[in-house]
Amino acid sequence: MTELEYPFDSEYIIKKRKSLKRTLLADGTKRLKKKIAVFGGSTTNDIVVYLELFLLNNGIEPEFYQSEYAQYWQDAMFPSDELLNFNPDIVFIHTTNRNITNYPTTSDSKETVNTKLENEYNKFQQMWQKIAETYHCPIIQNNFEMPYYRLMGNKDCSDYRGRSNFVTRLNDKFYEYAEKTEGFYINDINFISASYGLKAWSNPEYWNMYKYAMCIDAIPEFSFNLANIIKSVFGKNKKALALDLDNTLWGGVVGDDGVDGIQIGQETGVSQSYYEFQEYIKSLKSLGVILTVCSKNDHENAVAGLNHPEGALKPDDFIIIKANWENKDRNILEIASELNILPDSIVFVDDNPAEREIVKAQIKGVSAPTMDSVENYITTLDRNGYFEVTNFSEDDLKRNEMYKANAQRAAQQATFGNYEDYLLSLDMTAVIDDFLPVYLQRITQLSNKSNQFNVTTKRYTPTEMEEVFENNNYIRLYGKLVDKFGDNGVVSVVIGKKDSKVLNMELWLMSCRVLKRDMEFAMLDRLVERCREQGIETIKGYYYPTAKNNMVRDLYGRFGFEKISEDSDGNTVWQLDVASYQNKNHVIKVEDNSSIQ
Amino acid sequence: MDTNTIYAKLNKIFRDVFDDDSITVNPKTTADDIDDWDSLEHITLISAVEREFKMKFKMGEISSMKNVGEMADIIAARTKL
Repeated sequence: MTELEYPFDSEYIIKKRKSLKRTLLADGTKRLKKKIAVFGGSTTNDIVVYLELFLLNNGIEPEFYQSEYAQYWQDAMFPSDELLNFNPDIVFIHTTNRNITNYPTTSDSKETVNTKLENEYNKFQQMWQKIAETYHCPIIQNNFEMPYYRLMGNKDCSDYRGRSNFVTRLNDKFYEYAEKTEGFYINDINFISASYGLKAWSNPEYWNMYKYAMCIDAIPEFSFNLANIIKSVFGKNKKALALDLDNTLWGGVVGDDGVDGIQIGQETGVSQSYYEFQEYIKSLKSLGVILTVCSKNDHENAVAGLNHPEGALKPDDFIIIKANWENKDRNILEIASELNILPDSIVFVDDNPAEREIVKAQIKGVSAPTMDSVENYITTLDRNGYFEVTNFSEDDLKRNEMYKANAQRAAQQATFGNYEDYLLSLDMTAVIDDFLPVYLQRITQLSNKSNQFNVTTKRYTPTEMEEVFENNNYIRLYGKLVDKFGDNGVVSVVIGKKDSKVLNMELWLMSCRVLKRDMEFAMLDRLVERCREQGIETIKGYYYPTAKNNMVRDLYGRFGFEKISEDSDGNTVWQLDVASYQNKNHVIKVEDNSSIQ
Repeated sequence: MDTNTIYAKLNKIFRDVFDDDSITVNPKTTADDIDDWDSLEHITLISAVEREFKMKFKMGEISSMKNVGEMADIIAARTKL
């Protein structure tokens, strides 16, 4: 659930932890059951509460053993019968710099400090070896966060007597052990505490009052980071990215702006941000993440955009490129079946909240993180830990996944096809009416910018648009669409010129942002209504093909017009009998100018 | 902030934290009246109350408050302009 994916609201999770757990347990997901022993050097109760939520959300149902307060070493070295019977699948050692007992003092010699470091380290290493011998299971060990005060100020980090220096050296020794030991993982609280803010994280009130080694509000972030390691160890990592293109991998719309018009490269801050994101994605590929494209675009345009000389990614980097006008959930299901992976092991990356919503609604377990602004893209993907690197694998788990795949595919096909319900769930309201002066500038701009959903590609100067606006021989409509995610603004423009009882369509355009929302049908309904009021009996539509407007070649056909001619260049003429037309929009509530004036 | 508002907000927090819509707190309510209210849940409760009222309890107060009435009194005093 979105509440438990980064960026999450910790305060909300803290307050709603009980109902969140109830909801997760009731959602019918079949989860792996895993036993987790938590050996704490400080209070661990809340850590376990949030760890459970994040694991449940990742398809793992944990059962916990928690050592008595601060008994981590005793529990590890001299296990009770209860612990031996529990027989953990994984052990987590929750120690922090509060558990370092042999800190240097200012009068220590270098040798003394080295001995203290060895002693401190040996205590841990002894414990890790004992756990590995006893349970033969993976071990997760916190590294140490930086101390929250620095006795020697800045020198504390470089002087051998400084606590900061001591902690850094101890961390290095932990990393050496991790590097040579299979099934041993570091939970990097040094990073998480810095990212959270060490001052707030280390507020001593929480240690002195409750023996928590961090502030309460930071615990969800801590547990989230820990859950990423555990789900990776148990084979619950994501495997592939399905990436949108326009405004996701580059700025702008390649179909409208052309390859030269998209923002990618080193020219501006925005294009650099997209370039950095492309580089990050390319690095994920080197970790073995499968890259695919899932974009509403003509295939040629998509490939042309990916071939942009300033881009970091190239078409060859992608195993599959789905660039078409199908619904994205369908494309993602096809990607999954072509790659022979589960749809829920795909991360869908798209800047458009409506696309994310339908994909999440149609494909259970798929991740579609909130991609709100390009400068946050890397952090959002990175911190979610979709591809957390561990190296533990179990063949049994793979078999289990294959088995689940078949069941889930069957279930998804059953829910698919309910597109109208999805559209209704968007709570769309449109204003469709004659032009208003306040929108003339936007209307003119659309007529000069729209290339794809544009049947005539007729351009208007501001003066020409003024003339259309003031001339009673025209029927004009603009369309503005609002849905539950926000206001899309003016997205469609329709202009027809009257010739006694015939209306000749000069312009029919729509922004690609609202494709497949039935907005074009709402526009048509209103147009027919106006024609009836003004005694028009026939509407004539014209389609003039360009390199970019293939998607509306059959627009008038879908509207129920009859094709009356076609020339050798593919120009077509269509006509509709106004009297027999029946309304086509059933999903958008339509209002007129009185609603906004 | 007046007493009624404080109790209305406290009631909402208690219901969220203990996930029990049947809870109605009054000045005499203590940990004995609510099944899940142990020392661990107390921490969650305190931090939720502090966030809602944008105030902090002093360390001594957290362990010495005897009932919801005392909690409300501290909130009233600290949220006064």
